[in-house]
Amino acid sequence: MAGHRCIELVPQAVTVEVLDHLEQLALVDFRDAEGVERLRKAIQFADQLHEVNTDGVEPMDSVLEDRCLYLREDDVTEGNCANELLKNAREKVEEYFVAPPGNIPLPKLEERETFLKGS
Amino acid sequence: MAAVAARGCGGVWRRAWQHGAGGPGPSPCGRRAAASSARGGAVPVGKSGLAPWVPVVGLEIHAQISSNSKLFSGSQVQFAAPPNSLVSFFDASLPGTLPVLNRRCVEAAVMTGLALNCSINKKSLFDRKHYFYADLPAGYQITQQRVPIAVNGSLSYSLCIDNKMSQMVTKTVRIKQIQLEQDSGKSLHDDTRSQTLVDLNRAGVGLMEVVMEPDMCCGEEAAAAVRELQLILQTLGSSQAVMAEGQLRVDANVSVHHPGEPYGVRTEVKNINSIRFLAKAVDYEIQRQIEELENGGTILNETRAFDSKLGCTVPMRDKEGKQDYRFMPEPNLPPLILYDAKSLPANMNHQQVINIDWIHERLPDLPSVTRAKLVERYGILPEHSFALLNEDGLTEFFENVVKQTQMKPKKVIGWILNVLLSYLKQHSLTVKESPVSSVLMADLLNLLEKKEISSTAAKQVMAIKAGNLKVLNKLIGLVQRETQGRSNPVLVKQLLEKKLSE
Repeated sequence: MAGHRCIELVPQAVTVEVLDHLEQLALVDFRDAEGVERLRKAIQFADQLHEVNTDGVEPMDSVLEDRCLYLREDDVTEGNCANELLKNAREKVEEYFVAPPGNIPLPKLEERETFLKGS
Repeated sequence: MAAVAARGCGGVWRRAWQHGAGGPGPSPCGRRAAASSARGGAVPVGKSGLAPWVPVVGLEIHAQISSNSKLFSGSQVQFAAPPNSLVSFFDASLPGTLPVLNRRCVEAAVMTGLALNCSINKKSLFDRKHYFYADLPAGYQITQQRVPIAVNGSLSYSLCIDNKMSQMVTKTVRIKQIQLEQDSGKSLHDDTRSQTLVDLNRAGVGLMEVVMEPDMCCGEEAAAAVRELQLILQTLGSSQAVMAEGQLRVDANVSVHHPGEPYGVRTEVKNINSIRFLAKAVDYEIQRQIEELENGGTILNETRAFDSKLGCTVPMRDKEGKQDYRFMPEPNLPPLILYDAKSLPANMNHQQVINIDWIHERLPDLPSVTRAKLVERYGILPEHSFALLNEDGLTEFFENVVKQTQMKPKKVIGWILNVLLSYLKQHSLTVKESPVSSVLMADLLNLLEKKEISSTAAKQVMAIKAGNLKVLNKLIGLVQRETQGRSNPVLVKQLLEKKLSE
């Protein structure tokens, strides 16, 4: 009989290491304690999923899983709008977008200005 | 004790004893010990008791799908167009745009999967792979990480033993999977101005990623496997697979270990631009790892680039440690459902349906089948059939000549491979550019069969046609002798040239 699964642990604190990792990966900036708290609340909200007994239930791929995937014919119907696209670029060089030279990784925790250092 | 040649799979590498190479530390690039070649020949054994090494090579191959438009948008697929001219709003990742799957790309992947003996997944899924790079405007690539379109296949390829064409051995590499994914744009690094120029023409072009299990053990095997895959793709038409144009890209995963021990740490080698360089890069990396480990060092799980000028691999800049791609299902695409004859739905619009069996029935003869047919039909040797298929248009040329001449195919093949092909190579011409047509060649061979000309004469005619003017002059000289100096050399030259251009 379906029942509640036990919530095994008190929700673990989200550590500084995890927050630093997220800031590096997703280039987000938690900015202050409120930002971190919002993350913790979001995790807590999602953890409610654990209350559902999913034994023997096939995982759902997406809410679209029973829709038909539309197949397009292999015709050229778009493109040729370099000027329009480049209008959005802050900098351009002869129809090329300009970007910084390669990926510049976020400095390590000790070396950057983030409130996480104080945690 | 006999030295062990580092030869083919099952072969193990022993460290080459490097005379005068001095103390510990890997050899610098370029000063490779001569014995590190895998092409047969005894490898001097080092200090006795040195344990053998087993190299392990796996490949990840990206083949650009041959289609008119991109995988998820209607912009054109074309090499070398003005920058950013083949880019739609979706390719530039402008908000509000959505991916729409190109039917032709799916068919190409199914054909390739079937040709590689894979199981085609009737339901496959799309995912997002996240990372930041200037040529990936969305910040993620749409790929098939969870359930790809095809799995568990195999590819058979052949190698020559000991450099002799007459002894060929067949090997098989397992295909782990084939997945559909988007290509990224192109970055041009401008180090002088400290900036990167980005062209999105290639962004969104359809790719088939073919993952080969680590069943290979040296550069030669990797090269042979990729060459066979290239021929298959070209035969199917699913990809033109021209490495020089970036339509076929190969990354090699290389590690070494002692027999009976677990696999060693592997490195990934990128920036390999030709099949020849693939063999070099893999062999260099194997040797580098062996030396590093024998000198007490460790192998880092890193990405390295092949430097073709120096012939070595170097750590790649711009690769920051282990990446976390945060895979998630692509929320804008339902699962991709494929059908076969049994499961075909009755009432669906046939343009919306892809029938695996229908595609299977229409697959062309794969290279291995074509080779077998050539051997059977013409009585030529297997290695001849390999040589014929290895050169674009040569099989057709051979068959045309055979049709038009009385000479037996077993003799014709010698003229094709040893005479025609070597002249073409000497003058850097393709078969399509051959100044000797199949008609002319058949004529020459007929004259030869009827003993009206000598084999030397036939070769000279072909040489002239292939551009050797020295021979033309020699012919003029011969004519002069025959006519005992009474012929007008200028006229003779004109007549000969006219005759030869017919």
